[in-house]
Amino acid sequence: MIEIDVRGLACPIPVIRTKKALDEMQEGEILTIVDNPASKENVMRLARAYGCQIKVEPAGEDFRLTITRRRT
Amino acid sequence: MWLSGTVLLTGASLGVLAAFLVRWGNPGNMGICVACFLRDIAGGLGFHRAAGVQYIRPEIMGIILGAFVAAFLAKEFRPTGGSSTLLRFILGMFSMTGALVFLGCPVRMALRLSGGDLNAILGVGGFASGIYLGVIFLRRGFTLGRSGSAGKSNGIILPTIMLGLFLLLIARPAFIFFSEKGPGSQYAPVLLSFIAGLLIGGLAQRSRFCLVGGIRDFILIGNPYLFFGLMALIASGTLTNLFLGQFHLGFSDQPVAHQAHLWNFLGMMLVGVCGVLLGGCPLRQLILAGEGNVDSTFVVLGMLAGAALAHNFDLASSPRGPTTYGQIAVIALLLFALLIGIKEKVA
Repeated sequence: MIEIDVRGLACPIPVIRTKKALDEMQEGEILTIVDNPASKENVMRLARAYGCQIKVEPAGEDFRLTITRRRT
Repeated sequence: MWLSGTVLLTGASLGVLAAFLVRWGNPGNMGICVACFLRDIAGGLGFHRAAGVQYIRPEIMGIILGAFVAAFLAKEFRPTGGSSTLLRFILGMFSMTGALVFLGCPVRMALRLSGGDLNAILGVGGFASGIYLGVIFLRRGFTLGRSGSAGKSNGIILPTIMLGLFLLLIARPAFIFFSEKGPGSQYAPVLLSFIAGLLIGGLAQRSRFCLVGGIRDFILIGNPYLFFGLMALIASGTLTNLFLGQFHLGFSDQPVAHQAHLWNFLGMMLVGVCGVLLGGCPLRQLILAGEGNVDSTFVVLGMLAGAALAHNFDLASSPRGPTTYGQIAVIALLLFALLIGIKEKVA
């Protein structure tokens, strides 16, 4: 599991860092932690565009997004 | 899959409302302009003395308060700050300078296009080029650093100031300047402007509407979500202007515009690159500021200061064209912005 902590980083950094991790893996899990709903939505849209499964858990004021990429 | 109703609704509403605001009294192709309206507010408060551009524009108050209320209701109101605040203030000033050389923020650029002003095409070219440069910096790892939680009172300062400005607009005390002629003397009825602003602010908060984001995300990750917002804005603006008889195709005799193509291009290039470095267009900065983002509040204050400086130092263009000082400023500030883009890589 790769962890990407992008709390406090503005748009579009959370998306760029998650995309970089997705591009570098063929299968596996990424945990992206964001601290605002706009970043959460952006990362979710990215994950869906990659055809990945995504699980969202609120954690206080943050969101923990678990993205699962499977080999196609 | 990328398509979403709220961003289309925001763009479409913005186009329609802006065209009607012109009909109701705002200057031509200037139903909404974040740069011009902040500039008018700077004039109204006496920060600059350009007699033709002084008015307390209620659209700005409406947009910030609309975003504040929408964020509050959605439990998204959250004061944050501390990410390169001073740098953001400065980039806000840069962005305003570029916008005042072109004569419009990205929203007005789209609205000028919707009104048939072909000079805006050069603006769009410059804006997209500036965003492209910004994307190169993002790919190289550019960031302005992390923000953190800020005390609650930080987030309500700007909305409170907006309420105060609204009271000043209603009370019209002698120390507030109101233009007697020029664009500052042209305005829609206060309540209509304010309500239009509230609607735009609320919708833009919900949809995350952003014109820099629209082009940036398209180039960076092929995501057209926000780009559709820009398209909806241009389409609805054009249709409404045609309907109201406000569509005049051509380069010459366009309202509050000049035909210096190079400077239209370079002015908006500066706005584009600053927008990527700041994480959003001027409208988006107003929305984020309404959500309690102190860093964006400083961008807004920087734009206000930049507008005052631009008029005091004769950097702002007029329908006759750009000034020599304005041309020097755009080149110098572009170089500074590029330097910031290359240098800033906080973890």
